[in-house]
This record gives sequence, C-alpha cells and structure tokens, in this order.
Amino acid sequence: MNLAWILLFLPLAIAAANQLILKKTGLAPLLSTASALGTFALAVMLLGKNETSHFAWATLGDFSINIGIKLDQLSTGMMIVVTGIGLLVHVFSLAYMKEDEAKARYFTSLSLFMFSMTGIVLADNFIMTFIFWELVGLSSFLLIGHWYQKDSAADAAKKAFLCNRIGDFGFMVGILMLWGITGHLGFDQMKSGLAAFQAANPAIFSSVLSAAVLCIFCGAIGKSAQLPLHVWLPDAMEGPTPVSALIHAATMVAAGVYMLFRLQFTLGFEAFEALQASTVIAWTGGITALVAALMATQQNDIKRVLAYSTLSQLGYMVMAVGLVHGEAGMFHLFTHAWFKALLFLSSGAVIYACHHEQDIWKMGGLLKKMPITGFTFLTGFAALIAVPYTSGFFSKEQILEAAHEKEPILFWIAAVVAVLTPFYMTRLYVVAFLGKNRSENASHAHEVGPLMLGPLVILAVLGVIAGFPFVASKFAPAYLQPEHLVHLGFVTYVSVGALAIGVLTGFMVYAGKEKDPISIPLLQNRFYIDGFYDNFIVRYFQDTLASIIAFFDEWVINGLIVDGLSRSAESLGNRFRLVQSGSLQGYAFVFGLGVLIVVYFIVFGR
Amino acid sequence: MASLNDYLLVSGLLFAIGLAGVVVRRNIIVVFMCLELMLSAANLTLVAFSRFHPAANGLPDYNGQMLVFFVITVAAAEVAVGLAIIVALYRARQTIHTDDLTSLKG
Repeated sequence: MNLAWILLFLPLAIAAANQLILKKTGLAPLLSTASALGTFALAVMLLGKNETSHFAWATLGDFSINIGIKLDQLSTGMMIVVTGIGLLVHVFSLAYMKEDEAKARYFTSLSLFMFSMTGIVLADNFIMTFIFWELVGLSSFLLIGHWYQKDSAADAAKKAFLCNRIGDFGFMVGILMLWGITGHLGFDQMKSGLAAFQAANPAIFSSVLSAAVLCIFCGAIGKSAQLPLHVWLPDAMEGPTPVSALIHAATMVAAGVYMLFRLQFTLGFEAFEALQASTVIAWTGGITALVAALMATQQNDIKRVLAYSTLSQLGYMVMAVGLVHGEAGMFHLFTHAWFKALLFLSSGAVIYACHHEQDIWKMGGLLKKMPITGFTFLTGFAALIAVPYTSGFFSKEQILEAAHEKEPILFWIAAVVAVLTPFYMTRLYVVAFLGKNRSENASHAHEVGPLMLGPLVILAVLGVIAGFPFVASKFAPAYLQPEHLVHLGFVTYVSVGALAIGVLTGFMVYAGKEKDPISIPLLQNRFYIDGFYDNFIVRYFQDTLASIIAFFDEWVINGLIVDGLSRSAESLGNRFRLVQSGSLQGYAFVFGLGVLIVVYFIVFGR
Repeated sequence: MASLNDYLLVSGLLFAIGLAGVVVRRNIIVVFMCLELMLSAANLTLVAFSRFHPAANGLPDYNGQMLVFFVITVAAAEVAVGLAIIVALYRARQTIHTDDLTSLKG
C-alpha cells in the first residue's frame, strides 16, 4: 500500500524540488522524466491490486473528509495508461522542448499534472476526486499557457480554465447532492447509503438521483469537453504538442469518462440504467461525436483536426457510459489513449520538422521526408479509423454493439461518425503526408531524432496491439472479453462499410489537390458556436455581470467601505487637530478655564 | 484692622491679574512674571489663613507659613530654570514672542 502513496506523492515532490531548487539548473527535465519512469514502474507493480487505505484530512465533529487511495482493476489499469503515456511524453518532450527557454517550468508543470492525474485516478472519495480535478485543471492551464507571451496561448489557457470551472461548479453541486442522498463521500460506502435513501423516499428517489448524476455529469462535460463546453479543447492546442498528447488527448480529457464510469460502478449498473440521466448522457455523447466529427472535416490545422477527432472519440466514450456499457467506453478510452497520443506525438514530430508549421496545406509529401514518423502516424491513423485488427477496431466495435443493442438512433449516429472519421483522417493524411511539398518548410523537413522516434515506435506497437484480449484483459481499466475476437455480424459490416466509404471518398476528394476542394463555412466556423459564445454570452451576460460587479466593487466596497472608513477617520482627526492650536496662551486660557470649572463643581457642585 | 476677607480679596485680585497676564500678554518674560504674581497670590492666601485660623493653643497655624517657605524656595528654583529656558529659547529662535512659537501647531 505504501507503494501507492509513493506513486501519488513522488511527482509532487519532484515538482516541488524542480520549482524551489532546481529551476536554474538543467536537471529539472531529467528529474521529471526519472519520476515518470518511477511512477510507471510503481504502476506496473500495483497492477491488479485490490486495496484501500486512507487518512482523515479534515474532521468536523462526526464528519470527516478523507484522503484515500483505492486500488482496483479500474484505477490500476488507468494508472498504466496515465504513467505509460506520461513516461513516453516526458521522453518525447526532452527532445521537443530542447530549445525552449522555460523547459524547467514546463517539466515542473508536467510533474504537477502527473501528481494531479494520479490523485483523480486513485481517489477513494468524491471530495478527493474534486480536489485533484481542480488540480489537473490548474496544470492544464499552466501547460496550455506555456508560451504565454503569445496572446492566443494566454487566451486559450484562460478559456480552458473558465470552461472547466463552469463544469466544475455543477460537479461540486452534484457531489454535495450525492452526499446529501447517501450520507457518504467514499465510493465504497455510497451504495449502502443509496439503498437506505431509496427505502426511505421511494417516490422521489430516481428524480433526485438523476439530478445529482446530471450535476456530476456537468463536471465531465467540462473536463471531457462535451457539447456545449467543448470549445476550450481545440483552442488548447496552443500548448506544446506533447502536452496535447498527454493531457488533451489521452489522460485528462478522459478523466471525465473515468469519473462517470466510477460513478456508474459506485451506484450500480442497474440503478444507473433506471435513471433518466443515463439517456441524457448517452445523447450528449452521441451528438458531441457527430458534431465534432463534422467540424473536423473542414479544419486546416493538423492539431485542430486531431483535437476535434479527440472530441468525437470522447463523445463515443461518454455515449457508451450513458448506454450503461461503461466497460466498452473504458476499453475505448484505453485504446484511444495509445493511438491518439501516438497521433499527437507524430504530429508533434511533423510540426517540429516543419519548423512549427501547422497548416496541412503547407505540408505535403512528408512521407518521403520522414518515413518513420509517416509510418507511425499511419499506424495511429489506422487504429483511429478502426481498421480491422487494430486496437481502435475492437473498442469501437464494442461501443457500436452497445449502441445497436440499446438505442438504434444513436447507433446510426455513431455509424455516421464512423464514416466521417476515416474521411477527415484520410484528408489529413493525404494532404500532409502524400503528394508533393507545398512550402519551403515542408521541403526542408527531415526525420526527427531517436529521442522522439522511440516513443513513437513504442506507441505505434501499442496502438496496434492494445485491443487484443491478451493485452486488454491485463492492462485495460475495464474490459469485457468478447467470446470471439471478431464477431462477424451486422455491426461489423456497418463498421467496415463505413470505414471503406470514408477512406475512399477521402482519397477521391483530396488526392493530388493543391487546396481544399470543399468549402463549407458552417463547418469551418465550427457551427458558429465559438462566435455565439463570444458575441452573445460573453458580451451580454458576462460583460454585463462584470460591469455590475465592477460597479459594486468600485463604489460600494471601495468607495463606501474602504475609502469611507479612512475618510471618516481623517475628518475626525481634522476636528481634533484644531485643538492643537500651538498657541501658548490658548493652552493657558483653556487650562485656567478648566481650573475654574473644577473649582465651580467643588464649591457649588453639591 | 483688616479682616480675612480683605486679604483674600487682594489675593484673588492678584491671582486674577496674574492669570489675565499669562493669557493676554505675548512677551514670554511678562508671562513669566505674571506666573510669579499668581504664586504670590497663593502665598498671601496661605499666610492669611495661617493668621486668621489659629491652632487650639492660640498661636497661628504655622503649617500654612511653612508651606509658603517651600513655595518661595521652589519658585526661586523655578525662576532659575525658567529664565534659563527663555535664554535658550531666544538663542534658538531670536524671539521671545509667544505668537511666533507655533511649531507644535497640529
């Protein structure tokens, strides 16, 4: 059990050491990477353990908030994902950030992130989850804004933080509601409290619990960037690319799914299925998957395409959780983490090689220039579009099966997404890697160094094999092994058919093109959702509220209370100043007068 | 023969003149002299009471007269110190006019 505590606090200690002592030396990156290696080793050692341990963090009468660790297949499997990808991203960053001036700050933030993410995964109660939930928000903010000298990066960091805060507010309300319902905060004790509540209030049980679950889902909407709070994730691509791979593709954004599944696990699958909330969750996920996939087809920034694809895949996972097939969602989370990290890191290598060029229309022909990266990207691409026998295929199959079984409309939505995904990924690959160089930067690109290629190759292997039962049953956070490796049926036909249609249309439309033959402003402008937020919500609600608050702050707090106090003290002092006339005779006169009064009272007073 | 009231009247007048001088006059030496006048008024009162309130054996109450000696002694010392202060003040400020001494004005 002590190992788990070390696993949790090692990255924090490293982050503190980096920040306080080693900032000026070149040791910080190496130390952070060593810590990532250490946590990965610890995670492997803890794999499959089933234990809990906790200490009281704050006690108030009978009530106490614990900091605790819960080890089970779900958390230890998730730790493999977090630390494994974390380690590879650290190694990749060593090369990617080599010339960055603030790499000590970068690696410190990475270590802080590893600590926060570990906390979410290992938490044994909701308060602890919430604390670390906020901490990942903070480290994500720090890392998105790493190049804060750029306005766009600073704005993106702010946007991410605010969107997350909106979701987190709901999350907090949900936690408090759940606490009110069950009387417990710990995952293990919650179920008994739930049964007691159901026995006591059968009439309102399901609606109250639904409300609580929806509030908690708000947290997942923010963190996993579901509609309508998805706007921060594409902007978060302003951060360094390894960060996008680790935080905004593989781990942090998946935390919402992880937390929802943990909630499902805690409440019990039957209880969860009976709630209205599950339908809402499933539809939110499905619609996010569709909308994000549509938006991805018209983006020109290589990282933004991948970001929208992440949104879309997260939609899949959330949908699976909403359909009470959380294990399918978690399985997809597991496979997606590897191949999406691979895609992001490969795109990072491409961006690095092309001197920070991110527009795919200015790349082209990169497969010849950097064959290994091109090949690893192809592997991730294959897994993402669910080519049979890659990891993405197995997990997507499970989600489609679940949708097919529970809700036919969602199944067809998912099928459309399964057409769109190969389409936009083919577009990306054809435009960026095939054809001929379309810019100076692209023609000077050459293969990146071994420190970057190593993680790419490892991830490429994992991206292919992670879906096979011999890997998944051991490492995946939750996995329901199918009877047959590939179960040929209606769902498989639809999935493979969708894949074929998507890839073929993608090829036909984009092969050999110099610029985008399709132009759909609605999709380019992301359904005008960002514009709507900026011009309507921000302008009319946020700015109005801000001016009211500014007025209150300026006039009531500052004018009336703070300045008012000092002004009244000053005017009182001014009155008393008059007494100090500085005139000797004045004093003597007052003194004499005083004596007279005293004498008067002594003689005539009685 | 003058009665106690006559003495007290004179003493009160002296005291009032002294106080008026202290309050009204601007020259610090005159103020100082007026202070001495007030002390003398008090001394006169003490002697008058001593004379007109004899002890049980018919002799005057000498406590009052003893106190006058003390007052005179202390007043002498006080004059010495006070004049020294005035001299020092004059050296520092080249004035003994109270209106000009306003550095403690708030």
